[in-house]
Amino acid sequence: MMASSYSAKEEDGHHSGAPGPGGVNAKSRKPDNTAFKQQRLPAWQPILTAGTVLPAFFIIGLLFIPIGIGLYVTSNNIKEYEIDYTGVDMSSPCFNCSQNYSWNSTKPCTCSVAFSLDQPFESNVFMYYGLSNYYQNHRRYVKSRDDSQLNGNLNSLKDPSKECEPYRTNDGLPIAPCGAIANSLFNDTLELYYNDPNGTKIPIRLVKTGIAWWTDKHVKFRNPVGDGSNLSAVFQGTTKPVNWQKYVYQLDTDPDNNGFINEDLIVWMRTAALPTFRKLYRIIEKQGDATPTLPRGNYTLLITYNYPVRSFEGRKRMILSTISWMGGKNPFLGIAYITVGSVCFFLGVVLLIIHHKYGSRSNNADIAS
Amino acid sequence: MESLRWVQHQCRRLLFPESGLSWYSPADSPPQKNRTTSGDSPAYKPAGKRRMVIARQGPYQDEYCSISKGYQGNRIRTTKYNLLSFIPMNLFEQFHRIANLYFLFLVLLNWVPVVEAFQKEITMIPLVVVLGIIAFKDALEDFRRYRFDKVINNNTTKVYCGKQRRYVDKCWKDVCVGDFVQLACNEIIPADMVLLQSSDPDGVCHIETANLDGETNLKQRQVVRGLAKQGSDVIPENFDSRIECECPNNDLNRFRGLLENPNKLRVGLCNDNLLLRSCTVRNTETVIGIVVYAGHDTKAMKNNSGPRYKRSKLERRLNTDVLWSVVLLLVMCLTAAIGHGLWLSGLKNPAFIIPDGTSPVLAGFYLFWTMIIVLQVLIPISLYVSIEIVKLGQIYFIQNDVDFHSGRLASGVQCRALNITEDLGQIQYVFSDKTGTLTENKMVFCRCSIAGVEYPHEDNAQRLELYRDQDCDDDDDDDCHPTVKVKSRSSLRSLSCRSLNCNHSSVSLHTLTGCEIEPGLQTEPLDGAAPRQVAFSSHMEKDVIPDPQLLHKLAQLSSPTLPLLDSMGDASQEIPYIIDFFLAMALCNTVVVSSPGLLRRTTNLTLEVPRNPIRALEDIKLLFPRFGVPRFASLSSPGGTVLQATESPSNFTQRLLFRMKGSASSFALPKMDIGEGEESQVRDPSPAQEELGALVSEAAEAEPWLEVESGGDSGLDQDEVEELMYEAESPDEAALVHAARAYRCTLRARTSEKLIVDLPGLGHLTVPLLHMLPFDSLRKRMSVVVRHPLTGQVVVYTKGADSAVMDLITTLKDDRQAAGGLRHIRERTQLHLDDYARQGLRTLCIATKVLEEEDYAMWLKRHSYAETSIENREELLQESTCELETNLTLLGATGIVDQLQEEVPETIEALQAAGMRVWVLTGDKQETAINIACSCKLLRESDKLLTANCANKEACEVLLADLLKTVEDGRGTVSGFTLVIDGWTLELVLRGGQEDSFLKLAGCCRAVICCRSTPLQKSQVVQLVRDKLGVVTLAVGDGANDVSMIQMADVGIGISGQEGMQAVMSSDFAISRFKHLRKLLLVHGHWCYTRLANMILYFFYKNVAYVNLLFWYQFFCGFSGSTMTNYWVLIFFNLLFTSAPPLLYGILDKDVSADILLQLPVLYQAGQDSLTYLPSTFWYTILDALYQSLACFFVPYFAYADSDISVFSFGTPINTSALFIILLHQVIESRTLTWMHSTVLLGSALLYFVFTLVFSSTCVTCNSPSNPLGIDVRHMSDPLFYCVCVLTAVLALLPRILYRSISNSICPTDLMKAAQLDRLNPEERKRSIQLWRANQLAALESQSGGGGPLLINPEDEAIKQSGSTTDSVVS
Repeated sequence: MMASSYSAKEEDGHHSGAPGPGGVNAKSRKPDNTAFKQQRLPAWQPILTAGTVLPAFFIIGLLFIPIGIGLYVTSNNIKEYEIDYTGVDMSSPCFNCSQNYSWNSTKPCTCSVAFSLDQPFESNVFMYYGLSNYYQNHRRYVKSRDDSQLNGNLNSLKDPSKECEPYRTNDGLPIAPCGAIANSLFNDTLELYYNDPNGTKIPIRLVKTGIAWWTDKHVKFRNPVGDGSNLSAVFQGTTKPVNWQKYVYQLDTDPDNNGFINEDLIVWMRTAALPTFRKLYRIIEKQGDATPTLPRGNYTLLITYNYPVRSFEGRKRMILSTISWMGGKNPFLGIAYITVGSVCFFLGVVLLIIHHKYGSRSNNADIAS
Repeated sequence: MESLRWVQHQCRRLLFPESGLSWYSPADSPPQKNRTTSGDSPAYKPAGKRRMVIARQGPYQDEYCSISKGYQGNRIRTTKYNLLSFIPMNLFEQFHRIANLYFLFLVLLNWVPVVEAFQKEITMIPLVVVLGIIAFKDALEDFRRYRFDKVINNNTTKVYCGKQRRYVDKCWKDVCVGDFVQLACNEIIPADMVLLQSSDPDGVCHIETANLDGETNLKQRQVVRGLAKQGSDVIPENFDSRIECECPNNDLNRFRGLLENPNKLRVGLCNDNLLLRSCTVRNTETVIGIVVYAGHDTKAMKNNSGPRYKRSKLERRLNTDVLWSVVLLLVMCLTAAIGHGLWLSGLKNPAFIIPDGTSPVLAGFYLFWTMIIVLQVLIPISLYVSIEIVKLGQIYFIQNDVDFHSGRLASGVQCRALNITEDLGQIQYVFSDKTGTLTENKMVFCRCSIAGVEYPHEDNAQRLELYRDQDCDDDDDDDCHPTVKVKSRSSLRSLSCRSLNCNHSSVSLHTLTGCEIEPGLQTEPLDGAAPRQVAFSSHMEKDVIPDPQLLHKLAQLSSPTLPLLDSMGDASQEIPYIIDFFLAMALCNTVVVSSPGLLRRTTNLTLEVPRNPIRALEDIKLLFPRFGVPRFASLSSPGGTVLQATESPSNFTQRLLFRMKGSASSFALPKMDIGEGEESQVRDPSPAQEELGALVSEAAEAEPWLEVESGGDSGLDQDEVEELMYEAESPDEAALVHAARAYRCTLRARTSEKLIVDLPGLGHLTVPLLHMLPFDSLRKRMSVVVRHPLTGQVVVYTKGADSAVMDLITTLKDDRQAAGGLRHIRERTQLHLDDYARQGLRTLCIATKVLEEEDYAMWLKRHSYAETSIENREELLQESTCELETNLTLLGATGIVDQLQEEVPETIEALQAAGMRVWVLTGDKQETAINIACSCKLLRESDKLLTANCANKEACEVLLADLLKTVEDGRGTVSGFTLVIDGWTLELVLRGGQEDSFLKLAGCCRAVICCRSTPLQKSQVVQLVRDKLGVVTLAVGDGANDVSMIQMADVGIGISGQEGMQAVMSSDFAISRFKHLRKLLLVHGHWCYTRLANMILYFFYKNVAYVNLLFWYQFFCGFSGSTMTNYWVLIFFNLLFTSAPPLLYGILDKDVSADILLQLPVLYQAGQDSLTYLPSTFWYTILDALYQSLACFFVPYFAYADSDISVFSFGTPINTSALFIILLHQVIESRTLTWMHSTVLLGSALLYFVFTLVFSSTCVTCNSPSNPLGIDVRHMSDPLFYCVCVLTAVLALLPRILYRSISNSICPTDLMKAAQLDRLNPEERKRSIQLWRANQLAALESQSGGGGPLLINPEDEAIKQSGSTTDSVVS
């Protein structure tokens, strides 16, 4: 209906041939006998037949299988450990904490989860928190931020973007950082202890810088520059997000990790693509060549449980993972490569048979039969 | 369309009243028409549909103002817009397209906060780009028009100025209705004017209408009768007559009005008095006319119909599929909406939901609209713009094909319809005109039959053979001689045309849209204009070799002695017939005589040629004895009046001619009646001879009409005679005049009132021309009423189709003997006619009639009444004309050969091999048509001919059933059937509701020939086939009679031939030769169709594949309408990164080379069956697109599942692999890849990478919230990203590659096989093609049963009974 009444030509036709590249002049003289105008440009004519494509299939097969194996091995070499600490089960240590659905509970609830690593984690270990059934990619949620404010723009600081509504102002004061994303900042605190066989709990040093992208930390996120170096002075006249306990300038004591350039905030602000996601929380740096970063043994995860997820059946996890050139552990790519490579190889064989059966015909004179 | 124009017009008026006013002559008067004037001048109350014109400078100045204020001035304005109105009006116009409205709707939707999907500005980009491109195109066009208008408006012409009392130069735009305009030779007429005065003594003026209709022959225009007789100059101040005429209309060939003197004397005005705007004055020193229509009211501007818009079959198919896309879109949006509602209702107060109190249902409803915005690309809006661009490209290549320019006459191909190129590749039925389309329309006189005696003209036939050979040998040398001759004229023409080019474009560009054609024809000095002239006067037509026998008979007229007189007793009675025959040939036509030496001036009539009077006397003297003078005293004329020899000189000669009539009986039956006595009488040396001679010479002095001019002076050299050029409206007229000239019966000059003819031995004779009853297709004949140069009687000469003339031949005669003789002549002539027709000659009958003075006077009275009446003038004229053309005496018949164009049989064969049904629709006789069909291989010897001629409806029914039965019985025994049906039977079929059985019958036949069909029938047949069978039809023709057929067919092709430009003007494509149809259809048609079909499918694929990526993501974002892609990339993906390759694909892709397509016409059938784009193909494409999008989404999904990837990072690998997939998909689908393809493909990919990289490294806060800072840079330095992209692309494209390669290997299509032929070396290819053809033939034969060729003549009893001869039926 719509298309049928698309009558572009009614008007366009008015100048019919006139605009045509053929134009007025082309009519009166003989066109050039050039390869282009006579459509005789030398061309490569790919005709897909069993004969012509089967080398490609074999090549793909031969390339993909080793790549797949490589990827698979790499992925398998990555060590990963994951604990769900949501506290859904009655038996789970965090069950009590998880019953608290409120953001504004003044009393922090803590719980600890014990776990053991069967294998030592060599090299740097990345500590993630993972959320499931958490739609950080919701359209309106994704939009609910003011990048300009986060970039240190003073005007936006005082007058955040309308996109932040309804987390734009509170009690007449602009919220810094505004918007739903910042408002829902993940605020559990995770601490990791190594249970020494002798019974002592050795806290493991968790590095909280270097977890955000360099560009985010140094370009995209910037604290507003005001009078003096005191952040609280700069953020004067703004208020904290509704769900927050602290002001943005109280996120950390380190001035390089405070305010908008707090890396936890930056990481959180990079909204996740899928409802099950993980975010880098801390890095456990390797302490020298002699010992593994996380030796095998028992560990305790101490959680300050603030973040309510039970209301929407969300899950919270803590993930420890080493990393390779291909990122975290994911056997999918390796398997997929191997599968596709094998399928291609198999199809190559099929094509070879077809080529032998039918292909010879196409080269003969009875092509026309 | 009409209403749109009206709206435009109204808008223009509303918006810019000042510009509107300037169109009307008095600038301060309101732009209203007749209505306002009615109150002012009660005396001349203009009727509602009339227009009153009085002289502007004339005596009634006051009245002039009141009457003329509503009339348009001569300024033309063909632009649609002006500077201020451009933007609002162009937008207004563009939003008439629903697609754009859809776009606008999306943009507006995006401004609704609850459904907003993207940033408001971004959604506008596609709309702005599309509107911008089209607006730019429109603006450019409009500017061109503006420039043309300006040039035209500023042309100068001489207009009478009341103050200065003389003609002064004025711009065209300042000319008003009622102005007197003076024009000189070769000037262009600035407005429609009534011719008031001509420098020509006879008050005629010639105009050339090439600018209007492309016809180059001169047309004669006549000063208003009554005015010319005043003799004096027309003085504008004293011009007190009023002209009343019809309101402006667009009929070029009709003008009705009257001129009323103050003393209420009314003179009728007709088309002959009107000088049309943009025509050129020729052959006349000066003319003066009064403007009756100016500016946009002129006929030329009224003919300003824009080009037609046809919808191609492919486009209809496309539209259904677009509707399917809409359905798909709605389904997807609905899914998302419902999903969102359900998802929301299952959530309780999560952290990531912004609380706004909307219920899940409402949120789902909002989301529906959001999704429409998000998934908008699914409706391929850009497809429409792309198709337009692709078609422009295709047309560019068609027009640049050098093969269409081969041969000397070829002027290339003109694509006048922009939007149906792909229909050329799907033609199933071809309807062809015969004359001028299959044949040259170069009429060459071949043979004739006079008074029942056939003159075979054998030498002439030999000569024609010679020409045919020569024509094949060298196209270029052939015309060297005529070209030289024409040079002077063409250079003159080109000169004048250059100055008028502007004017011309004003007419054509916006009016007849012929701007492409005309300049080519006009400004080309030797290639364009010359051939047309040559065509009218080539050797072939001119140099008729007379038949010795006839020449001999004729020579007796001039021979001083009569040595053979004795032995030619019978023949002597033929001589009057022969003289009349040649006189009719020379007189009964509309040929304009000109000689190039005088620059298109008609040979001066007043030229007094001194001639030896004695010889003239001698000639006449010699005439008489031979006519048996002694006998005539006793002879009673057929009319019954006995003439006295002594009555008067005029009567004497009259009798002479009457005698001729009477004697017809005697020589026609030579063996019976003519006795010795008669011979002796003839031989008898009459004593009255001397006396008679004296009488005649006396008569010559006494009677002005018997002006026996002497022409014997040697000064009148033969050279000058040779220089005469004849320009005829139809080539057969010229052929007859040339033939008459070969017998030294030369038409020397023509005016509206007299003709000058040379007769052998008699020299110049002036023949007063009393009336000209022009040819029309209804009567199929024309007549002239002249005063016979020898007898002084009023004589009617009629020339026309044999069917039209034979029935008018008088049969009832008192004199039984004479009647017998006449019947005998008639029978013999009919025999000859049939014979001619069998040989494929065009036949014309020539007849005459002598009118009594009283009868003539009576008829004249009625006729002039008819001429002056304004209402139903046509009917009255027709009536009076038919009244005159009765009781004719048959003189003889002519056979004119019309040679087949080169390569016609090959072309028809190729078209048939390509699966097209070729129908020939012609107005010719059945025998002629069959003969031509045979010679052009439409009809093969082994075919069975089915003839359908019947007289009434019942017979028709029976006949059709019978024929159908014959076909069913005969199937397998013959190679094919050919149906021949005549116009009358066709009429019965069409009216009698037997279309179905006719079509069924026709469906069984390989070819159908419709003869004796009228233009209306032609279009009816086309319509019937097109609508009932639902096939794609093509009509090809060259003449005005083909126009309706051309317009009716899906594709109309005009052949720019001999018969003017009307067919070309109404066509979609114009070619110069029939043979070009072959390449146009088989190669370009095939390419255009496959290219466009493939491109459209690709577009659907592309959009579905890409949009579905967004859709799949909805399942992972709670159906919230999120996109994982940066909005800019999203918009640019369609607009920039993937827009150019499909265009190139649509313009340049070439599945099979032209060479092979031409050699294997069977390949065309792929297009006919729409194999490239079947409904199922669309769904396969959609399925593939869905699969590919699934692969493209889920490979990255699984690769990045449960990782820390962010929304917009996740989009990058998906986008990138989608780009690779989409581009590589095209590589798979392309049949040719040239350097241009690779450039564009690589360029597109590169553009994407450059854009994203630059964007992601610079955009910090520019594009909230999806600032891509760092994303792409990071990805592209990540090996995983490449792993994902490669895997995705391979996985997505695997099925298609596999399917293509396996199907190409196991059951390759013909096209694929042909494509492989291209790769072979020339010899192998040749062998393969031969083999293919042989196989094909074998397959055909086995299909038809393998029966031997069999020719069954349609002499079955059944047919014979129900059918009767055409002629009697027609009557």
